[in-house]
Amino acid sequence: MGRRRKEAPRAEPAAGNGILSRRFFLERTLAAGAAGLGASAAAAEPLAVPPWSREPGSDFTAYGQPSRFEGKVVRSWAAPANPATPGIGSSRTPHHLLDGMITPSGLHYERSHSGVPDIDPEQHRLLIHGLVRQPLVFSLEDLSRYPRVSRIAFIECAGNSGALYTAQAQPLNVQAIHGLLSCSDWTGVKLSTLLDEAGIDPRAKWVLAEGADASGMSRSFPLAKALDDAMVCLYQNGERVRPSNGYPLRLLLPGFEGNMNVKWLRRLNLVDAPIMTKDETSKYTILLKEDKAWQFVFPIEVKSIITRPSPGLTLKGPGFYEISGLAWSGNGRIRQVDVSADGGQSFAPAVLQEPVLPKALTRFRAAWQWGGGPAVLQSRAIDETGMVQPSRAQFVAERGLRGNFHYNAIASWRIDQAGEATNVFA
Amino acid sequence: MCLLDRLACRSALGKPVSPLAFARACFPGQALAAALMVVTVVPLTSATAADEPHFGKPITAQELAPWDISVGPDGAGLPPGKGTVAQGEAVFAAKCQACHGEKGQGRPNDRLVGGNIAPGQPTVKTVGSYWPYATTLFDYVRRAMPWDRPKSLSDDEVYAVAAYVLYLNGILGQDAALDAQSLPKVKMPNRDGFTPFPRWPPK
Repeated sequence: MGRRRKEAPRAEPAAGNGILSRRFFLERTLAAGAAGLGASAAAAEPLAVPPWSREPGSDFTAYGQPSRFEGKVVRSWAAPANPATPGIGSSRTPHHLLDGMITPSGLHYERSHSGVPDIDPEQHRLLIHGLVRQPLVFSLEDLSRYPRVSRIAFIECAGNSGALYTAQAQPLNVQAIHGLLSCSDWTGVKLSTLLDEAGIDPRAKWVLAEGADASGMSRSFPLAKALDDAMVCLYQNGERVRPSNGYPLRLLLPGFEGNMNVKWLRRLNLVDAPIMTKDETSKYTILLKEDKAWQFVFPIEVKSIITRPSPGLTLKGPGFYEISGLAWSGNGRIRQVDVSADGGQSFAPAVLQEPVLPKALTRFRAAWQWGGGPAVLQSRAIDETGMVQPSRAQFVAERGLRGNFHYNAIASWRIDQAGEATNVFA
Repeated sequence: MCLLDRLACRSALGKPVSPLAFARACFPGQALAAALMVVTVVPLTSATAADEPHFGKPITAQELAPWDISVGPDGAGLPPGKGTVAQGEAVFAAKCQACHGEKGQGRPNDRLVGGNIAPGQPTVKTVGSYWPYATTLFDYVRRAMPWDRPKSLSDDEVYAVAAYVLYLNGILGQDAALDAQSLPKVKMPNRDGFTPFPRWPPK
C-alpha cells in the first residue's frame, strides 16, 4: 500500500545555501526535492534481540533520574576566581542537548552571589512593609492558602551571551555563551493580591525585593510591574521551587532581567524611589560607548539562538538537517523567526512550535539541506511589538562593546566542510 | 461594569464579595468576564459571601526593624553610629583585604579602588570610578560583607570601612569620618554617569 509519492509536494528551497520552505513541516508528505533529499540512506544492520528485552528491568524509584546514558546532559560552570569564595557566579543550561520549551528543573541555570541557602520552609517568612496601610508577615503556609496562578515564563540572566561583547569571537558553545537562560512553569500567588491586602499607599512607586541568602540580594522594581504580572512562586514545573532557584519562595517578574526575579524572597519594601542597590548601580547597568550607562534596563529584548546544529554537534555528512532553536522576548510573544544559512544574505521563516506564549521560550524549527560546503547559520526573531532582533553591526553601533549585559544581537555558527560548528561574528 | 456594580451593591455592608476577589486573583485580564458569568448564576447565599482571603499577619515597625536594612540614596534607613578612615583601615586589613587586595586593589575578588570608565582605555569599574551613590556602599557592606560572615559588622565598623574605601578612592580626606548625616552628602565622581534605558516603559 505505498503512498503515491510522485504527487506529494516538493521540499522547495526558500533561502540561500539550502534553507528549505517551512512547508516541509506543515504538510504531511513531501517528496525529495531537486537537492536529492533522502537519497543517501544505507542499508540497516540485521536486527538482534537485546539483553534488556530478555530479562526484567529495575524496580520503582522514589525520585526519578535521567538514564545513566545521559550523563553529559549537565550544567557547567567556570572555576571561581577565588576558591575561598565558592557560590559566587553561575552555572549554565546545556541547550545544545535539550529540546522543547521547558527547561528541566535540575538543568535550570543558577546564579548566586553568596551560595545557595539551606532554608527551612517552616521558618521562612515574607515581609511586606514600607508605604503600606499595614505591614504584613506571611508564612509559607499562609501563602499556600491563596488562589494560585501558573504561567510558563523564561528567566534570562542579564549577563547571558556576554561572551559576545568582545571584538574577536571566542571558541565557545551554546551552553558557554547562551546558557544563562531557562524556562519553567511557575506557580504561585499574584503579587498584587498580597500588596492589596497590605494596602498600597498612593506615594508608593517602587518595590524593593530582597532575598534571604547571605548576600541579601536586593533590587528595586516599579510598582506598576508588581500590579501587572508579578508573582511570588512556590512551584517550578509542578514541584516546589528548587533550592538554587529560590526555594521556598521566589519573585517572578515575567520578561524582566533574571537578577530582578529575586530568589529566596523574604522582603518587599514599598518605596517612593529606587533604593539604588549594588545590583542596580554597580552591576546590571550598561556602559555605553561614551561615559554614560543605561540604568534600569528591565525587559529582555527580542532574541533568538540556534541550538542545533551548534558547536560540538558535528554534522554527519551532507544531507537533510533540522535547524532548531529558541526565541523569546520580555515584551511579549514571538511573532516570527527567520533563519539563514548564508550569513544573513537571505532568510526564510522557520516554523514556530506551539504553544507560543508571551515572555516564554518559543521553539522554532527549519529544514535545511546541507550541500557539504561552508555555511553560516543565523536566526532572527521578531516579537509581537514589531521589534526585530538586531544584527551584530546594528547592536554594536548603538551601544558599543562595553555593555556586559543584555546582549541580544543575531548570533552566528559557521559550519565548515567537516561539519563542525564554530562561534563566529558575521 | 453594570454586572460588577450590581454585585458590589449587593455585598453586605461593604464586605467584599469573595467570588469576585477570587476570580480577580485567579483570572487575569479577559478571563475575568467568563469567571463572572459563572458567579452570577450562583445565588448570593452565605456560601458566596465568605471572606476575601486575608492571611497576612500584622507586624509593627519595631518588630520588623531587624529586617529593615535598606539604605536609600537620600540616606533614609541609615542607623546611628560613626566611623573614621583610620578605624576603617583596621577593619579592612582584618576582614576585607584577603579578598579585595591591599588598599582595595583587587584580586582575587573585585577591585574597589581606582579604575576607569573613560572610552579608549580598558574599562575597570570600581567604587571610585563607577558607583553613583556612597549610600550603596553602606547598604551593601552591611548586608553582604565580609563574604564569610555577612551582617557581622557593627554599624560603626560599616561606617568606618566605607570611609576607608572612599578615602582610598580620593573621595574623602585621611581625617574624615562618616555618619548618617555626612554619608548621603558624599558626591561620587560618577554620580551623573547614568541615564534611564530609553525603551522602557514601552511607548
